[in-house]
Amino acid sequence: MAIVVAEHVDKRFPDGAGRSRKVLDDVGFTVRKGETVGIIGPNGSGKSTLLRLISGVETASGGRVLLKGKEAAAYPRKQLARWLAVLQQDALPPIGFTVREVIGMGRYPYQNWLGDEREDPSALIESVMERLGLTALADRTLERLSGGERQRVALGKVMVQEPELLLLDEPTTFLDIGYQVQMMDYIRDWQRESGLTVVAVLHDLNLAAQYCDRIIVLHEGRKVREGTPADVIESDLIASVYGTRPIVLPHPVSLAPQILLTPGDHSRNAHQPAIFSANSHERG
Amino acid sequence: MNGMRRRLFLWSGAGLALLVASVVASVSLGSANISIGQVWKILLHQLPVVGDGVRVDWPGPSEQIILKVRLPRVVLAVLIGAALSVAGAGFQGVLRNPLADPYTLGVASGASVGAAFLILFGLQYALIGSWSVPLAAFCTGIATLWIVYRLAQMQGKLKMETLILSGVVMQAFLGAAVSFMVSLSTNVVNDILFWIMGSLTMRGWTYSLLLFPYLAAGMAVLYGYARALNLFALGERQAAHLGVHVERTKLIVLAASTLLTAAAVSVTGVIGFVGLIVPHMVRLLVGPDYRMILPLSAVAGAIYLIWADTLARMLLSPTEIPLGVVTAFLGAPFFAYLLQKQKRTFRG
Repeated sequence: MAIVVAEHVDKRFPDGAGRSRKVLDDVGFTVRKGETVGIIGPNGSGKSTLLRLISGVETASGGRVLLKGKEAAAYPRKQLARWLAVLQQDALPPIGFTVREVIGMGRYPYQNWLGDEREDPSALIESVMERLGLTALADRTLERLSGGERQRVALGKVMVQEPELLLLDEPTTFLDIGYQVQMMDYIRDWQRESGLTVVAVLHDLNLAAQYCDRIIVLHEGRKVREGTPADVIESDLIASVYGTRPIVLPHPVSLAPQILLTPGDHSRNAHQPAIFSANSHERG
Repeated sequence: MNGMRRRLFLWSGAGLALLVASVVASVSLGSANISIGQVWKILLHQLPVVGDGVRVDWPGPSEQIILKVRLPRVVLAVLIGAALSVAGAGFQGVLRNPLADPYTLGVASGASVGAAFLILFGLQYALIGSWSVPLAAFCTGIATLWIVYRLAQMQGKLKMETLILSGVVMQAFLGAAVSFMVSLSTNVVNDILFWIMGSLTMRGWTYSLLLFPYLAAGMAVLYGYARALNLFALGERQAAHLGVHVERTKLIVLAASTLLTAAAVSVTGVIGFVGLIVPHMVRLLVGPDYRMILPLSAVAGAIYLIWADTLARMLLSPTEIPLGVVTAFLGAPFFAYLLQKQKRTFRG
């Protein structure tokens, strides 16, 4: 079953000078239940914008994004939040709520106006904390956690939301490599157990190649390729999109294609000034 | 979840006990000497059932002073303190800005323009009777908030310090506008003092009755959004992903907070910094959960304003200091302290 269908999606933003700038141009793809689909592309390629369109916080200027056959706006917000969750890169601010309280906030879409649920969610909350190794930190406030720990809390909050579709927006950007692998492993294990569908914007091509079933490459707002990691992570495509030609080798254990960067080899800047101005908007 | 409810129950029980004690203590303080024991008896005598058991052993004038002069004033302090504090908590929650308060955002001054205009030019019962003044105050308060918001917004981003700066600028401007209107009207200079510095003098029971429905409605609405405000603490986008209608929530919380401010200001003039100090103190005691902060701010704000007003009328008795002077003396240094603390957190 198709969870996400994007059809001829365009997105324009006003550029301040009275005209509009196209950030996404005729992008289309389908995500089926249980898949992990990666979206990669250089800065300013429109990948975060695409994720925001899927999550429904922004609407497409042209074309449409269907979530289980309906546009996001057709769902009441809480109902959508019961099966679609988003994990952002800059996860949680250092606030005075405890780990347990923040994870419990993931139940908001299931609560009535008094804050009650049909069934007591505390067993679920405890088991998620157990699984993510947060039990010892349960009564600590977020102000007193490291960035890596806060990102794990963010994952916990998303897990108690019990979604069917998880959108990841560069969730490992601010993590060191140990936490990066840990985070992706948690998500993969969870996915295998629950049949979760994952759409992930990833910065790191090597992580994308290891964890995704399928990868979509965006370049200047257009989809330039879609396929298995082996189809996508190849030297010519990377060179034309990122402006640097890497060496691609199979991972000795998983056999996933991995890239090695070659210093001194870059060919962009001169012919792509628009990309850099687009960047500030995408991160906004 | 139930832990939260038990905590709220305990805290509000303690808070209400302290509130009742404060009311009685404040009512027994004044130029006419009435003992605290007598005050208790006079008050108990008013209650149904219990009151019948109390033997009347006090002079008639004492009862008049307590029931007609001091008690209405203290009750008004309770309502105003609660309204301003809850409004402050609402503004802080939705703007995620600990410096926001009806006064620092300019909303209180904005509301006073509308209220002062109607009252000074004798229009207070125009259009819709006694509802006119709070409603006019609400309209000018909302308009002010909108202007402050627009002033502070740069390239779609709202910076915390800029918001307060725009609020303070608007507050100075609107304060001048009110002073100007007072000078145009036939009233005396005392009225300027009243609108700019606030006061609870010479306000009988009618004002409390007028205020009450606005306060009850405003607080009920805000409490309904307490959980949404908790999610706002995670960031607006996080809240949206959890199913909160971000824009709608902002609009309703800002409107309800402005309504509370407007209702308070139209009766007592501008009393500053109450909504800044009280929610902050409550937050220090009970943590960041708005399901606790909102109701406890109401109780704590009531207690705070009772004592601020008692100070205002007792300190230089029989001369009375405007209440807004007292709250500014207490509040402005506190504001400076919060600003300093904020600076530290932001610079790392």
